[in-house]
Amino acid sequence: MKIPANFKIIRVPCTGRVDVIHILRAFEKGVDGVYVVGCLEGDCQYNEGNFRAKNRVKQAAAILDKIGVGGERVKMFNLSAGDGPLFAQYSIEMDNIIRNLGPSPIRVAKQNKKNAA
Amino acid sequence: MIIAQKKPLEEIIDEVKDFNRLLILGCNECVTVCEAGGKKEVEILASALRMYFINKGDEKKIDEKTLERQCDHEYLEEIRNKIDDYDAVVSLACGVGVQFAAETYLTTPLIPGVNTVCLGANEDRGLWTERCQACGSCVLARTGGICPVSRCAKRVLNGPCGGSTNGKCEINKDLDCAWQLIIDRLKALNKMDDYEKIAPIKDWSTDRAGGPRTVTREDVKI
Repeated sequence: MKIPANFKIIRVPCTGRVDVIHILRAFEKGVDGVYVVGCLEGDCQYNEGNFRAKNRVKQAAAILDKIGVGGERVKMFNLSAGDGPLFAQYSIEMDNIIRNLGPSPIRVAKQNKKNAA
Repeated sequence: MIIAQKKPLEEIIDEVKDFNRLLILGCNECVTVCEAGGKKEVEILASALRMYFINKGDEKKIDEKTLERQCDHEYLEEIRNKIDDYDAVVSLACGVGVQFAAETYLTTPLIPGVNTVCLGANEDRGLWTERCQACGSCVLARTGGICPVSRCAKRVLNGPCGGSTNGKCEINKDLDCAWQLIIDRLKALNKMDDYEKIAPIKDWSTDRAGGPRTVTREDVKI
């Protein structure tokens, strides 16, 4: 399965390390979308890391909705660490979601400002 | 600790929209513990506001700073050199911190970023509950360490009212009757005799009804 090449992987020891601010900072820097990929629910080696991440993704989505960026640009997926094909499938799914949504309004606004300068 | 709750983002946006240079000011004390106004919340609010205004084509300078305490002049002094760089400060401290900051920097508008709710404790992840109303004359010694002033809806001081059913309060079936808790605790302590003692009338002049309160300690004044 072909995997999109337009995303950057940021490794964390557990998705429980991912905080709302990490997601927001990525958008502030101009990314079009963020997906957090954690272990299957119930399989977290730290028991609840992926549940914490799930809540933080929800919090980030709520903030992105309020500021006009769009909460649908951030998603959480769960899979087994050994399931490469499913990771590829989720990456394609996310790529499609973002392509349908178009570029992030923050990136567009920054680009417009740069062009005007 | 003092429990606070984040104000809705829309409300903060509306308050700050006319300013161009903002400082989001957090506090490392109670509001950090109750996850309403610490360093993390400062970063999130600042980032959200920056993006909101960039998106509106109205980019603003929005900086972040978190002080050890905002209810202390010593720590508020840390921003004296920078305060004039901002048109307004959004303080994520409790009402005390916001007021102290406003008193310290008279010409800078101070905007509260949280609602201060009560004196309470963290009972569970994501759950903070009231434990004290700062009535100024503590009765916990004779109520088994459970406060009827803050935990009884009627602030009854001499036993449960008629609304106590199966250990719950009539205002909410999930709310424990404070007096049921007190009696259970006094029984466990083998101190039910204390319940029968006639207590003197509580001095309510020390409560908020007596106006704003102060504590003066000559022995610690310099």
